[in-house]
Amino acid sequence: MTRVHKFAAGFVTVLLVCCAALLLNQRVNAAGEGKITGTVKLDGTAPHMKGLDMSKDPYCAKANANDAPKMENVVVGSGGGLENVVLYISEGLSGAALTQPATAVPVFDQKNCRYTPHVLAMNVGETFKVTTSDQTAHNIHPNPNPMTGNIPWNQSQPPGAPPVQKSWKAPEMIEVKCNIHPWMHGWFAVVKGPYATSDASGNYTINNVPPGNYTVTAWQETYGTQTQKVTVAAGAPAKADFTFKAK
Amino acid sequence: MRTRLHKSLLGLGTVVMAFPLASLAQQTQSDLNARMGMESHIGKVTGHAKNAQYDYRRYCVGCHGERGDGMGENFPWIDPKPRDFQLGIFKCRSTPTGTLPTDQDLSDTIARGLDRSNMPQWNTFTAQQKADLVAWIKHFSPRWANEKPGTPIEIPKEPEVTPERIKNGREVFARVQCWKCHGVTGEANGPSASTLQDDLGRPIAAYNFTDGSRPKCGTSDQEIYRIFMTGLDGTPMPSFADNIKPDEAWDLVFYLRALMSQPSKEKAMAKQLGLKPVDPNAPAGQQ
Repeated sequence: MTRVHKFAAGFVTVLLVCCAALLLNQRVNAAGEGKITGTVKLDGTAPHMKGLDMSKDPYCAKANANDAPKMENVVVGSGGGLENVVLYISEGLSGAALTQPATAVPVFDQKNCRYTPHVLAMNVGETFKVTTSDQTAHNIHPNPNPMTGNIPWNQSQPPGAPPVQKSWKAPEMIEVKCNIHPWMHGWFAVVKGPYATSDASGNYTINNVPPGNYTVTAWQETYGTQTQKVTVAAGAPAKADFTFKAK
Repeated sequence: MRTRLHKSLLGLGTVVMAFPLASLAQQTQSDLNARMGMESHIGKVTGHAKNAQYDYRRYCVGCHGERGDGMGENFPWIDPKPRDFQLGIFKCRSTPTGTLPTDQDLSDTIARGLDRSNMPQWNTFTAQQKADLVAWIKHFSPRWANEKPGTPIEIPKEPEVTPERIKNGREVFARVQCWKCHGVTGEANGPSASTLQDDLGRPIAAYNFTDGSRPKCGTSDQEIYRIFMTGLDGTPMPSFADNIKPDEAWDLVFYLRALMSQPSKEKAMAKQLGLKPVDPNAPAGQQ
């Protein structure tokens, strides 16, 4: 009899804890409406970006015949806005906020012998896709440091190839190359938690940030990283502008 | 005196320049000691890392280095560079791209050597010596503590060679664009051949099918099949596993045989068919 009682009491406790956890979890999600927003700019004259010689592959040259393709290591828009900067929270996140709710699958497309986007940000463990829109063969060859737990691989994508679906185990900025077209150069920016990539005007918004104190890191492939401390309050987006100095 | 100084300065410069690449992964001696108990299992033979210390010091250390980082004393003078065992990335595998090789794969590479590199054939080693060395090679990388080798790719039974299959192999060669690097005649003179680089950013040549040299990871039909289905990790050669079906893969093997300078029944058949090199400008499916 007592054993049954004990069991029942235990069962109810577990049930209550579960309900509480569920409720708490919902509250975290509701609080996840916070935002960090801002603009990334370049101070100084944008460095010269070398033109790309695609003459070795007539398909690529033809696809770019109407514009002069350039390297994309530093892309500056009107007003000095810096594009392709990855912004993420490097300190202050914990628990559920570290795993981003699944949204659209990040896609890295090979189009006109370029990578679109040039920098693809994603979460640790998040599945991403590599697709090809081109009628020429590519090989997709990311080169992470295997000591981080991210293992390099190298897959071909001839015309009409199915998408490659993968994920990365650890945060790392991973360089991506195509050996067939040596001018093709891009990045997988693998981070933990909410992230954003700056647009053509240098603007960005990191969504789903619960209220709290954080360090935001801005990473640019040529200029490296910068950090700022911000406080996110419920209903009041935090602002963090970054300026990189042109070298 | 002066030339010797110059030489050593040159060597030092090379080492210093290469250092940032290799130092990504530097494992300390105590990291290595902690993995001294590493084993390998090849057939019925069990290899023990600690039993390979003498052989490694005698035969391997000159190139692969004390800590297996490929920075042995011969490092500056060798190209392709000695393998860095700490990274755990290997060309010749039976396993998919991005996975660790099997113990058998590593043992086979030791025995076979790597053609067109400074890695000789160590075919005088006993099975036990090779197994011990494999265990020793594995102890250099932390990856074997955290990961399992990939599942070897399946190679279906080799079909009978027919002229039809060789013709179809030529279509595959054209479709997945092997010629981009290897050239339409297999002479390693494709449009991308001259700019190829390995993962360390060093120039690397595509395989020339016509110069009589051996394919890097073995000369059997099965081993050639494996090369393009697994890729050669650390090099520009990708895996085509998602884009070539197993049956087509055999057709491609037959066509590659026909490109090679060594006499073969495939070569004879291709000659009889009057097969021309693929045309890079032909529309898809109209070779």
